[in-house]
Amino acid sequence: MVALEVNGERTELLLPVHKTLLEVLREDMQLTGTKHGCELGECGTCTVLVDGKPELSCLLLPIQIEGRAVTTVEGLASGSRLHPLQQAFAELGAAQCGYCTPGILLASKSLLDTNQRPTRDEIREALAGNLCRCTGYMKILEAIELAAERMSTHSPSPLAGKEGMGRISDR
Amino acid sequence: MLRLPRFKYLRPKTAREAAQMASDLGPRAMFVAGGTDLFPKLKRRQFEVDALIGLDFLPRTIHRGDDETIVDAGVTLASASSSAELRGDYPGYAEAAGLVSSPPLRNAGTIGGNLCVDTRCNYYDMTYEWRKAAGFCMKKDGDICLVAPSSSRCWAVSSSDTAPMAIALGALVTLAGPNGDRELPVAALYKDDGIDYMAKQPSEVVTSLQLHAAGATRTAYVKLRRRGSIDFPIAGAAVALRLDGPLVTSCRIVLSAVASHPLEAAEAGEFMIGRRVDEESAKAAAEIAAKPAKPLDNADLSHFWRKRMVRVVVEQALKRAGDR
Amino acid sequence: MTDNGRYAVIGKPLPKVDAASRVTGQAVYADDMLLPRTLHCRILRSPHPHARIVSIDTSAARRMPGVHAVITGADLPIKFGILPVTQDERALEHEKVRYVGDPIAAVAATDEEIAAAACDAIAVEYQVLEPVMSIDAALGRPKDERIQDYGGPNNIHKLVALEFGDVDGGFARADHVREDVFFFQGNTHLPMEQHSAVATYIDGKVTLWSSTQVVHYVHRALAKVLELPMNRIRVIGAAHGGGFGGKTDPFAHEIIVAKLAMITGRPVKCTLTREEVFYAHRGRHPVLMWVRTGVTSDGRITAMHFKSALDGGAYGSYGVASTFYTGALQTVTYDIPAYRFEGCRVFTNKPPCGPKRGHGTPQPRFAIELHLEKIARDLGIDPVEMKRANFVKPMTRTVNWMRVTSCGLEECTELVMKASGYRERERRSGRGMGFAISSYLSGAGTAIYWNDMPHSEVQIKVDRGGVTAYCGAMDIGQGSDSVLAAVVAEELGLQPKDIRLVTADTDTTPIDLGSYSSRVTFMAGNAALEAARKMRALLVEAVEASGRKYEEVSFEEASVLAEARFGTLTTAGSYTPPKIAGPYKGSGVGPSPAYSYSACVVDLDADPRTGLIHLNKVWIAHDVGRAINPLLVEGQVEGSVYMGLGEALMEEQTFRKGLHKWPSMLEYKSPTFLDMPDVETFIVETNDPEGPYGAKEAGQGPLLPVIPAVNAAVFDALGIWVDEVPVTPEKIVEALRRRDKGEPPRYGPQRFPEIPYPPTIKVDPPPRDLDRAAAASI
Ligand SMILES: Cc1cc2nc3c(=O)[nH]c(=O)nc-3n(C[C@H](O)[C@H](O)[C@H](O)COP(=O)(O)OP(=O)(O)OC[C@H]3O[C@@H](n4cnc5c(N)ncnc54)[C@H](O)[C@@H]3O)c2cc1C
Ligand code: SF4
Ligand code: FES
Ligand code: FES
Repeated sequence: MVALEVNGERTELLLPVHKTLLEVLREDMQLTGTKHGCELGECGTCTVLVDGKPELSCLLLPIQIEGRAVTTVEGLASGSRLHPLQQAFAELGAAQCGYCTPGILLASKSLLDTNQRPTRDEIREALAGNLCRCTGYMKILEAIELAAERMSTHSPSPLAGKEGMGRISDR
Repeated sequence: MLRLPRFKYLRPKTAREAAQMASDLGPRAMFVAGGTDLFPKLKRRQFEVDALIGLDFLPRTIHRGDDETIVDAGVTLASASSSAELRGDYPGYAEAAGLVSSPPLRNAGTIGGNLCVDTRCNYYDMTYEWRKAAGFCMKKDGDICLVAPSSSRCWAVSSSDTAPMAIALGALVTLAGPNGDRELPVAALYKDDGIDYMAKQPSEVVTSLQLHAAGATRTAYVKLRRRGSIDFPIAGAAVALRLDGPLVTSCRIVLSAVASHPLEAAEAGEFMIGRRVDEESAKAAAEIAAKPAKPLDNADLSHFWRKRMVRVVVEQALKRAGDR
Repeated sequence: MTDNGRYAVIGKPLPKVDAASRVTGQAVYADDMLLPRTLHCRILRSPHPHARIVSIDTSAARRMPGVHAVITGADLPIKFGILPVTQDERALEHEKVRYVGDPIAAVAATDEEIAAAACDAIAVEYQVLEPVMSIDAALGRPKDERIQDYGGPNNIHKLVALEFGDVDGGFARADHVREDVFFFQGNTHLPMEQHSAVATYIDGKVTLWSSTQVVHYVHRALAKVLELPMNRIRVIGAAHGGGFGGKTDPFAHEIIVAKLAMITGRPVKCTLTREEVFYAHRGRHPVLMWVRTGVTSDGRITAMHFKSALDGGAYGSYGVASTFYTGALQTVTYDIPAYRFEGCRVFTNKPPCGPKRGHGTPQPRFAIELHLEKIARDLGIDPVEMKRANFVKPMTRTVNWMRVTSCGLEECTELVMKASGYRERERRSGRGMGFAISSYLSGAGTAIYWNDMPHSEVQIKVDRGGVTAYCGAMDIGQGSDSVLAAVVAEELGLQPKDIRLVTADTDTTPIDLGSYSSRVTFMAGNAALEAARKMRALLVEAVEASGRKYEEVSFEEASVLAEARFGTLTTAGSYTPPKIAGPYKGSGVGPSPAYSYSACVVDLDADPRTGLIHLNKVWIAHDVGRAINPLLVEGQVEGSVYMGLGEALMEEQTFRKGLHKWPSMLEYKSPTFLDMPDVETFIVETNDPEGPYGAKEAGQGPLLPVIPAVNAAVFDALGIWVDEVPVTPEKIVEALRRRDKGEPPRYGPQRFPEIPYPPTIKVDPPPRDLDRAAAASI
């Protein structure tokens, strides 16, 4: 029996010990937001936060992290309100296919938690373990910078909260 | 999805207990610290185990004393690279730890594990299916070497980034065995053999690394790899030197990823003694250091080029250390 | 220049319609699906590059607890393939294997570990054959037998020889003639998502969810191999984790899970391992190229002769098209009055090559850009100016009958020249800038299989509950869903988020030929435009019949009026490309309703001692016709630059002892955040006459100029030519060593092999410099 704390919820699971955190999240906890691209520590896609720091869930056993707090992409938003990073990624097109996005969001969150206004080079360093094949990284860098700015100045997204059908008279 | 094989996970509370377990269980049990080296290899079926002995109990502190700094084996590479003590006293060591693979990996990988990391070869660090198709080699399941078929030994490459720096610093490791602890220079931890690459007993646990008081020692580590991150070294140079005025009084140069063990370039280190660290001396020393390096065609990029690059990394590391 | 002001949605940098699902982890990719009672499938693959299968014994595997089914080629003997002319693949081979990784048997079991163990328990006896691992080896006599039993002589798959205009005359007229040989190493797509498919068999119907780029082609292949009518098969595109061309063929695992679901009556899932993704491949062909060009003393091209030899791997895939593509688009950027193209594709015992971003054109683009660069230096003229003097003009036909409509080459060039300061760049050893241009299709003018039907179809339904658009197009992350929504929203006066989308589902959506060849915005966009305009007309008519003006009522009100007046409100639109192919065999590859254009400058430092390159910056301008959503266009351009830089500097698919040398993400080098320089992107809008709102493409073209720009920058920095891709440090060091020894300062192939090309087919060029109307009417 392993007790895991994921996104603030404690769960006790009966697991074969050789199942990695990645497998347990996806297959036993239905937290399929965590993706995988190699399962060998080579791509960063499976990144989750353990006690706030990015780690590779494909190389972790639940038994090794008992008592520590795991955050996955499902734990980023508060209810249906997106985290500022998610908001900025959505607005700036930083997620194309979106497959690398959960890992990159979490690594970015860890960065902004310790460094409110990172330079572009600091962002590059912090994300150097996360590959993305779609974006060329530019939009991701811009989105993190935008989120950092908004988080440190508490300015909400201009798009947040605009809902409802557009109207012909909008034109 | 690549998955781990089945195993039992044992949780000793002390190093002694862990060593005892290892000694009782024999070769089908292995220690695991961060698992960042072991787990990929288990997934590729490069080891066969019945049990893993978890080293989660290992302390994770950096103790700075007057005569020495002790780094617990459980310290993660991330903590080592960002530690103010290590960055101040042994910048080359912190640099080496910070150059291992990628940020998320460094949050799990430990410095103890980094000293014990398996040797690498791109005929060996492959999945079971690939190795089966290629024909197994003597490091696992086979009896020949695919890189050097006429050779009776394995040439897998020592790929630790921090071990060369620890050796250059003359560091010691503390080993806990089933019957007690002992200390060993890091240099004595390795053997020049791709398969049997560690000189310690398989049941001994590395519990800490002791670095002599830095004093005036200047250190630098230069790593060569294809990308800015993720990749293992394909050549690297660790330098620790002391100066009296402008002149070198001691100098150790240790190379990574050019042999089956961290390769000390003793002759080149001696050459530096009594000289200034400048363009000319660094070049000459690098020339000497590169001689014994014998990269083979079992890592990224051509071995000819890697051999040439040994000079460059040594020269750069010497100059950087001299400037510190 | 732009008339974006006219539009409410088009031209606005809006978030993608599916952005929220992608940033919250809620998008369901194929591997995220876990239907009740799912069985897991693993595939046994060949350990030999070339062998006959003597026997397969699955009895031990079948007896293993947890194993529900084991199948081999005998269960799926019918051959398939993406092109009608090369139906040469089997989902499982039981007669002969042709590369390490060729699928042989598949197991469905209660979990993946059991399935893998069962695969290991299958005993296969082989008669090993001599592997053919290079173009040269494939051209020679096989030691025992050929890889495929068609094509030839020897292991040649396809030969082409075409001539347009008077090439000999053109060379005779030239003041200077130059020949060069280039090699472009193969590489692969490396999508972050490993291919995955899930199938069910319920009520006599197969349903397949897959990470495919083209549900329609998978649908066709399943029907053929499973011998089921198409109406008993449904293919649904799952949320997509990246394709780049690598998920455009129908794949063995898609057919296998469907078959296993039919046998077991349970859902079956197969997700490839990363290593298997390297075997699925269909990536960039390695291509050896020879080019000879004649120019006048002021640098005007008089004739060009281009030869290519493609290493195709073991199967046909898109290879026939790839072969033609290596010769088709040279003329679409430069005005070449006489042109001869000879192409050849060979079979080798490697995973099959196919379409990767730029399909067949990055290799010749790389060659021709460097070749012209060298010619300019021979003549002592500025390479940029020489290229410029030869640029094609808008509204023309090329010598090989490609119809050029809008063309922003001039503007693109000027933008990157200015922004990069190329002309005033610092001249210092070790620092260099390189310039190159390119062009790409906005969708192929002809379909994979010949037919007269539309290439894209869209339906729109409006009722009191809102608007839904249906289209077979597959969003692979590039944002095609967002483009559809934008077009429909623009026409109906709504916002994209107001449009419900149903896409890439063969049961519910009309046909679209899928996400490849940069066709979706242009073709599905045009189809959506037609459907939306028809819908708008219905709404307007209903509102006006009530005595009011459309602009005065809300959309909800308008739709109620229309539904009351007409009943069910559905409209449809479709797009069929104009028939513009030239009058010759093979003319189907290359024509496109419109071509995008790009220009690029790369700035780098190259260390002469180590050969290591540091990229400083990339400037790129792309003529997209019209940016329906500039955010998406920039994303495609930057992603293309990234992939181009990877190909230029580090990505390569190489083989050793018959095996893929490094089928892993660690050893196959994809640039990290630290390897990627800043990119400055310029969008050029030329408002194409036939594109939706004037739009063309952005997903592939911008990759092309990046690669030769890197090589040109290396020359600028160090005075050496690396006539090969990727430009690795060892090649730079070797070229410098040769220079220092007094040899030519160059690293690259020395010769082009003798190839038994067939007699050249001579094609009369179209009349020159037609206006567009005349050009289109030919
Ligand atoms: C993609 C990738 C890239 C990498 N790049 C690098 C790199 O650039 N440079 C580099 O040096 N390494 C690299 N590594 C290897 C590895 O991650 C690091 O060396 C790491 O420091 C290993 O530490 P660990 O705690 O995770 O070791 P583990 O994986 O837990 O153990 C490694 C080995 O050491 C033994 N061991 C561990 N701790 C002890 C101990 N205290 N006493 C005795 N035996 C012990 C284990 O039994 C095992 O055999 C890379 C790994 C991956 C997957
Ligand atoms: S060096 Fe030879 S024996 Fe050692 S791992 Fe590589 S191929 Fe095997
Ligand atoms: S899945 Fe690639 S690092 Fe974990
Ligand atoms: S968005 Fe597709 S891999 Fe990053």
